[in-house]
Amino acid sequence: MGKYILKRIVLALVTIWAVATITFFLMNLVPGGPFLSEKAISPAATAALEAKYGLDKPMSERYFTYILDAAHGDFGDSLKQRGRTVMEIITTKFPVSARVGGIAVVLSLCLGVPLGILAAYKRGTFVDSLFSVIATCGIAVPSFVICTLLMYAFGVRLKWLPTLGLEGWKGYVMPVCALAAYPTSYIMRLMRSSMLDVLGQDYMRTAKAKGLSQKVALFKHAMRNAILPIITYLGPMIAYTLTGSFIVEKIFTIPGLGGEFIKAINGRDYTMIMGTTIFLATFMIIMNVVVDIVYKLVDPRITLK
Amino acid sequence: MKKRILPLLLAGAMVAGLAACGGGSSAKTETKAAETQAAETQAAGETEAAAEGESTGEKELKVQIGPNPETIDPALNSAVDGGNMLLHAFECLLIVDQDGVLQPGQAESWETSEDGLTWTFHLRDGLKWSDGTDLTANDFVYSWKRVCDPMVAAPYAETVLGMVKGYSEAIEGNLDALGVSAPDDKTLVVELTAPCSYFGSLAAFATLSPVQQATIETNGDAWATAPETYVSNGPFYMTEWEVGSHITFSKNPYYRDADAIKLDKLTFQLIEDANAAYSAYQNGSVLFIKDVPTEEIPSLSGNPEFFVDPIIGTYYVNLNNDKECFQDARVRRALSLAIDRNYVAGTLMQGTYSPASNFMGPGWIDTDGTEFMANANGGKPYIDNDNFEANLAEAKELMKEAGYENGEGFPAITYSTNDSGYHKVVAEYLQQAWAELGIQLDVKTVEWASFTPMRRNGEYDVARNGWVGDYSDPSNMLDLLYSTNGNNDGKFNNADYDAAMDLSRTTLDPAERSKALHTAEDILMEEAGCIPIAYYNDFWLQSPKITGSWHSPYGYWYFMYADIAE
Repeated sequence: MGKYILKRIVLALVTIWAVATITFFLMNLVPGGPFLSEKAISPAATAALEAKYGLDKPMSERYFTYILDAAHGDFGDSLKQRGRTVMEIITTKFPVSARVGGIAVVLSLCLGVPLGILAAYKRGTFVDSLFSVIATCGIAVPSFVICTLLMYAFGVRLKWLPTLGLEGWKGYVMPVCALAAYPTSYIMRLMRSSMLDVLGQDYMRTAKAKGLSQKVALFKHAMRNAILPIITYLGPMIAYTLTGSFIVEKIFTIPGLGGEFIKAINGRDYTMIMGTTIFLATFMIIMNVVVDIVYKLVDPRITLK
Repeated sequence: MKKRILPLLLAGAMVAGLAACGGGSSAKTETKAAETQAAETQAAGETEAAAEGESTGEKELKVQIGPNPETIDPALNSAVDGGNMLLHAFECLLIVDQDGVLQPGQAESWETSEDGLTWTFHLRDGLKWSDGTDLTANDFVYSWKRVCDPMVAAPYAETVLGMVKGYSEAIEGNLDALGVSAPDDKTLVVELTAPCSYFGSLAAFATLSPVQQATIETNGDAWATAPETYVSNGPFYMTEWEVGSHITFSKNPYYRDADAIKLDKLTFQLIEDANAAYSAYQNGSVLFIKDVPTEEIPSLSGNPEFFVDPIIGTYYVNLNNDKECFQDARVRRALSLAIDRNYVAGTLMQGTYSPASNFMGPGWIDTDGTEFMANANGGKPYIDNDNFEANLAEAKELMKEAGYENGEGFPAITYSTNDSGYHKVVAEYLQQAWAELGIQLDVKTVEWASFTPMRRNGEYDVARNGWVGDYSDPSNMLDLLYSTNGNNDGKFNNADYDAAMDLSRTTLDPAERSKALHTAEDILMEEAGCIPIAYYNDFWLQSPKITGSWHSPYGYWYFMYADIAE
């Protein structure tokens, strides 16, 4: 196991380097730059800005400087949010997104798994069909529609919940629901089909034959085997959800990280693009390693090489 | 058997742990949020109390004018939302009052030498920073030199200080060359290379706000990001900035006119989404929003809380004068005349813009202080928008004269724009309108960051453009069409136009200067150097509870003297 983890770490570093390199050159190929405005600033001012942030140097030199600095943990200053470093922006904004996203992940697991099992168990009944309709809606309806509907109903009409910010638990209700809708539905469907698979297995018949109660058979024997696909899905899902959603954060005015990904690209904030990309890539890789380990723990038949 | 439950628990713990992890690292933010909440609940309660007539509590006005500003460093800001905040946090030498007239600000008086080359400002007594320390003329010297500093790279440096002696050396790094000096603590002397009749407007421009040397030298660029280091000298000073959430300014007790300030707090809610802003307005979380969703506008017309007010600026279309097909002025004029501006502004843009008949719209001030537009073209509009049929007929005639009857022989052209606001709607309209002349127009939509350099480099046939004035002197916009101007995206190149603009820069006689500026606009409209479409307006929602605030044609809202009524 130790050897396996070490191997994964080395591989992860190579992957992150590759992601950083590709992003660096791709973003520099895109036309535009960070110091544009509708009103042209004077060539002297543009030149001064470029000199200040080292953008006047050849691309290869900038690349090596960046990689070296990044390796030392220095991700530079944001080119657009003047006076703030990339690290500072990520470390203040990520916790906000992670808090909302974390609750959404827990909620989608707590709802999705049991409902999926129930749907599988009640296969073909009204309950199954109802869940299926709900899950389809949750997957098909885009989050901005869910956000807008929630906002209109609970924020504007009923005035039960605040429409902006995260002040108090009430502020979390709508963003968490909007974020959890898709993963809940997805987990529910995944759980249902994987559960159906398992329920048809011989050992389930054996369990029934030897007189185990439904509860024990379902939750102890069937769930254990059926949960594997969910764990696979959880890795990237957690990484994506915890780093925030551009739409949900924009609509509910949440100062999270989600918007920074998009804004950095639209504004050609090169250092922010690099910082957020490397951050997401690293997070994603870590989650995948964690998933592999959890896999092994849940199903000892799997060997990690 | 028990052992096997462990992995499952671990799987659960992994999720829970992660969530906790997120929560743990943000404990500080949480506490802060909780404090904020407590403070706000208190403030809200007190506002209510205040509204009920017990004027004991704090008065906090919450408004929305845009998302998180990129910067609120006066030297670095070039955005209108940042400008609105600077207006409340800083005070320049001069200020613009409700009627657009220059008034004493930090300076109590000022005078110009006879040759127009030396401006002397006399500061008031007892000026202070928001941290209580003294503010002197030397602070202005430092701040203005800082604007020229290449390491600061202020985007507006040339606009506001380009005419000051030694500017070209200063932007190379020799800051002491700049012709700004303080013979004593209360006098600031500015020497110019050429007379600049509107320098007073520049002295009221946010870029030239005084900034405190001590805080900047200690904190670097980051000084303008935290309340502890953001020292200012205006009616308010920053007490809170939660990035992406809100910026709160509190009344500055050291402000020279602090007694007249009624609000205790002014909070800018940094809402990015227009629908979210509208919801916040509807449920009373904010009393003012600038970002009104365009789809709500038809339902808001006639609503006394919905305001539309002009700002100095024009939405126009550039024809790339370098392209052969646009070198004939008759073609350019025809394209301009074939546009039904009343329809574009009134219907397509839902009345949030006003149809343009001139290049220089309402709000620009002539050298004698009257409206520039009223004196243009002998008081007549250049384009008679109420007579579209006649205009269209003239356009067809012009095309015929130019040898392109019914568009025959005219190449297919492309209209480039980015996709936001009404840009696409206008593009589709032009497609239709110019088809009347037999011209085929293709529309190319490009993302903003790619569009801007494309337009600047002249890689287009026709492109949308627009300008919102920085100060009300007409040169601010007429300069755009000067052959060598960096913003002359249409590459308009007319010797007579340049000569008129040159004259307007050098003459000391206001009447002659006015004539030169009007001549320039005459040439521009006759030659159709660009095609004005509509004048910009600001439109916003404002609760009747706000009293004593006003909107200026520069796109600023003044809340410093505002009050919240019952």
